[in-house]
Amino acid sequence: GLVVVAFDRSPEVYLDIMLRHGLDSNALSRCVRILDCYSDPLGWKQNIRSEQHQEDSGTPCSTNKDTITIFRSVKDVDKLSCSIIDLGRGFEGEGKTYFSVAVDSISSMLRHASVQSISGLLSNLRSHDQISSIFWLMHSDLHETKFSRAFECLSTMVACVEPEVVDSVYGEERRGDMSFLEHNYSKAKFHVRLKRRNGRVKHLYEELCVEGYDVKFISATSVSIEVNQSLLPKVQFNLELSEKERSDRANVVLPFEHQGKGEPIRIYDGRRSLPEAHQDPNLTTAALLDETEALKSANPKGEIHYLRDSDDERPDSDEDPDDDLDI
Amino acid sequence: MEEYGAGDLLSEAMCAGARVVVVEDCVEAPAAFVLHLLLKRALAAGGGGGGGAALLALAQPFSHYDRVLRKMGCNLSMHRKSERLHFFDLQGFPGGTQGGAIADSLAQLYSAVQRVVETCRAGENAGRFTVMIDDVSLLEVAANGSADDVLDFLHYCVTLTSEMNCSLVVLIHEDIYSSEDGVGLLAHLRYIADLVIKAAPLSTGLATDVHGQLSVVNKGMLIEQRPAKGQKVWSFHFKVKENGADFFYPGSRH
Repeated sequence: GLVVVAFDRSPEVYLDIMLRHGLDSNALSRCVRILDCYSDPLGWKQNIRSEQHQEDSGTPCSTNKDTITIFRSVKDVDKLSCSIIDLGRGFEGEGKTYFSVAVDSISSMLRHASVQSISGLLSNLRSHDQISSIFWLMHSDLHETKFSRAFECLSTMVACVEPEVVDSVYGEERRGDMSFLEHNYSKAKFHVRLKRRNGRVKHLYEELCVEGYDVKFISATSVSIEVNQSLLPKVQFNLELSEKERSDRANVVLPFEHQGKGEPIRIYDGRRSLPEAHQDPNLTTAALLDETEALKSANPKGEIHYLRDSDDERPDSDEDPDDDLDI
Repeated sequence: MEEYGAGDLLSEAMCAGARVVVVEDCVEAPAAFVLHLLLKRALAAGGGGGGGAALLALAQPFSHYDRVLRKMGCNLSMHRKSERLHFFDLQGFPGGTQGGAIADSLAQLYSAVQRVVETCRAGENAGRFTVMIDDVSLLEVAANGSADDVLDFLHYCVTLTSEMNCSLVVLIHEDIYSSEDGVGLLAHLRYIADLVIKAAPLSTGLATDVHGQLSVVNKGMLIEQRPAKGQKVWSFHFKVKENGADFFYPGSRH
């Protein structure tokens, strides 16, 4: 089962989303429970009703009575924790039933309670034997970095949605012009950081594309290609290499790669080369002699063995042969 | 938003279903005219249900809005008398309840707003009701800087939009928050909003024919809000006139 702790949107929105993605209403009523912290988080509406001596109308939508439970004291984190667990225990099933908890969003919870109490709540839920997984949404720009980090430390996986086009690229020139957002509302960078049990951290990069109600994930083949695509400015000349250019580059013999083709190795040290120096009338004989001496005194027996790195090597390959170990 | 008398760029960008509208402005490009325009449209009788409005005014007294909208062809006094418009004069908010907590005053204010919306809905007008706040920055000042209390109040107003066929329009001054260390009200509001209308001065400076540029971001959260062409961000220029405002794409003005 799934328990959704809803702060930011009305419960109907989540049910609607699930229906759109193929869950039928029977499955919904069996497997989904929503703790409604959106409609009346502080109990104001209940107070109004009691002042007007009205009956408590309970959940807003009677058809979803079993699925949606209103919660009115979001500042009381312990009570919230108990309510979540109670809802989860209510799932029917043979033997032990497990359930997941989804929180939308932690940012809203943080307005009502301290970081410590919410971390405590998450730790409690995490250690509960019936809860299989917990996932939550956090708007990182609404909090100080240290709080975002604190919640990241609590988690085994962090998925970040980052903008493709960043405001600072445009700077102050186009103040007020938000047209670059058009791109950001349909595409984004998706970065996942996974903490494995052996302590290793794995990174995954994808591109996210929103079309209507569907979200598509396109895996980026490599990090470097991604970086190139976003950093290359759009200019009228070509900044990329064609295949022929790439192969030509691979065939270039670098100066320190060969041991000489019979010619003396001249390492450019900032002074003019010897033949040019001979032709220059200003140079004194003494200076010329010095240069010749320097060349002759170079140890003819020194050798440099240079093994070139492969151009095709991708940076920081994440493949670790130890990944399969589950210690 | 009703589209009475509108065929202009602003209504095209907003489309009919926007529920939570956040209008951002700054000293160089004030956007009070957007509020006036939306208020006029909210009160305009169109087709069957006329709709109504509640204006929570912290910035100006009623006489100011009356005068401005009269020039735009909308008689606020008449609407107020016929209870289509509910005017909350909050220039002295929270007023006498200084001893009590701000949260309580805001809860009471919300209670009054909810009552107004319920009464209007129960009546024959089944049209869209609009709750307008001018402006949220002043509300924060009235709450002694407590952004959390203001956000709680705004959250409850947002719940009205989903439960009672209501729109929420708030004005906030973006330049107040630009130099803040911490995260202010503005960032939260941008997340809550379905539609953000941002007024900014022209990058080229002052001009007689163009008073600024308007960017409209329609997040299209719910299906009925999605603009027809799938476009989410609109950017155009505006000129404020006595009887309204003109919206046009840059360079298309003669």
